[in-house]
Amino acid sequence: MFWTTTRRIMKSGFVSFWRNGFVSLSSVLIITLTLFVLGGVMFAGAILDTSLTQIKNKVDVNVYFVPSADETDILALEKKLQALPEVASVDYVSRDQALQNFKSVHENDQITLQALDELGDNPLGAILNIKAKDPSQYEGIAKFLDSESGDQGTFIDKINYYQNKTAIDTLTKMIAGGTKIAFGITLALVIISILIIFNTIRLAIYIAREEISVMRLVGASNRFVRGPFIISGIMYGVVSALITLILFYPATFWVSKVTATFFSGFSLFAYYTSNMPAIMSVILGAGILLGAVSSYLAVRKYLRI
Amino acid sequence: MIRFDKVSKIYSDDSVALDDVSLHVDSKEFVSIVGHSGAGKTTLIKMILAEEKPSKGRVLFESTDIHKLKSKKIPEYRRRIGTVFQDFRLIPNKTVFENIAFAMEAAGRTDEEIASDVPHVLELVDLGRKIWNFPHELSGGEKQRVAIARAIINQPDLIIADEPTGNLDPINTFEIVQILKKINDLGTTVILTTHNKGVIENIGRRVITMEKGKIIRDDKEGRYAI
Repeated sequence: MFWTTTRRIMKSGFVSFWRNGFVSLSSVLIITLTLFVLGGVMFAGAILDTSLTQIKNKVDVNVYFVPSADETDILALEKKLQALPEVASVDYVSRDQALQNFKSVHENDQITLQALDELGDNPLGAILNIKAKDPSQYEGIAKFLDSESGDQGTFIDKINYYQNKTAIDTLTKMIAGGTKIAFGITLALVIISILIIFNTIRLAIYIAREEISVMRLVGASNRFVRGPFIISGIMYGVVSALITLILFYPATFWVSKVTATFFSGFSLFAYYTSNMPAIMSVILGAGILLGAVSSYLAVRKYLRI
Repeated sequence: MIRFDKVSKIYSDDSVALDDVSLHVDSKEFVSIVGHSGAGKTTLIKMILAEEKPSKGRVLFESTDIHKLKSKKIPEYRRRIGTVFQDFRLIPNKTVFENIAFAMEAAGRTDEEIASDVPHVLELVDLGRKIWNFPHELSGGEKQRVAIARAIINQPDLIIADEPTGNLDPINTFEIVQILKKINDLGTTVILTTHNKGVIENIGRRVITMEKGKIIRDDKEGRYAI
């Protein structure tokens, strides 16, 4: 009995989805729009996230030592730095390593290489690249280095933190502000589109209110009346989700192409394809939920008597 | 079978749909209810269908008080009653077959029963050829015959026909009345409301006349007296 009823509800839901083509189409379009916004939010979040990490990763403090600095002193300083709680990593680049890096960067620049050869001796000093756990901690690390160089005098050539500082601060603020604004806008968009979905489906079911009253008069239980509408609602959600997921292919591909130079190393298309299971379940889940819940609420109104 | 026990329906002080109505309808009777619009006929019928609750009094179907039924039990109760309305009330996006099958599905009948009973009942109302048509492809008389087929498909104890001929021409009116009489002859109670004098005279059975929410006449042999 249970299965017969369930099968009948399913069948009836599918048939009415198909026969009420125009109503279904408008509901599907509206839900697709909402899911598109939802996907857009996810992508925007991913873009902001990666840009933030990219920028954070670019930020570090470089300590340049004078060429004559003693390696044991440098290594001692490295130990001290590593002991600091704010420091994420310290990367030691020896003089030889620095020279090699320099050479590989200027591989195609014969004049520079020749000039280097002329010098005979390695003119470069060793470098310590310091990464903090959080960008706000660079200030403290820079101060610590200042005091260290005060103690030991001459072996630190320069610390480049202060040159980068203003740029880093501005960027951090911009990203934080941008994230807030984007979140506000998308939240408003999502709420508006959910309300539109509720209204569209309510209208679709309003058209069927006579039908619902007839079903009840014939002696159909509430479950039997409501079921097909919820199945139709779920179908709206599934179809919309599939349309959205398919449309995201060309859309993300295009966005990636346009922004390739801007976000170096981040491709929205690659993000989309590699996170497909997660994105798919969110979009599909949201579609089904929106369709089913709004149908349920809309029918409920006509089942009360 | 149906008993109204001092039933009143009061919407507000100056809008009284039913005023202390007592009424008894026996099994296998054919009862016609006549009266002007607003006399209380439709309210009476809605009470039997558990669509409206009385403000005072009670309505009994056999021995159960209809308005004390739990809302879960109401669909089951309604399956014992077949309904036919002036505006047909077919489901527009279901075919004739599906409209009738729906009533059987709602009652939990098997697919085999549906497959054999629906064509059979459509033959009874002479609509066998239109089984796969949609309601908008049918004439008024045909729609009403589909509605009757749906009303009788679950072999109800009672048929309620609320102005079933209101939208029909004289020939179709005559045919619908003949079908209802036949259903009654086969042992089903019928309650019919109408404005149509010819219908009452054609049926020639018990007639209840209502006015302003009260029963003013109850004649054993049909007479249209307004």
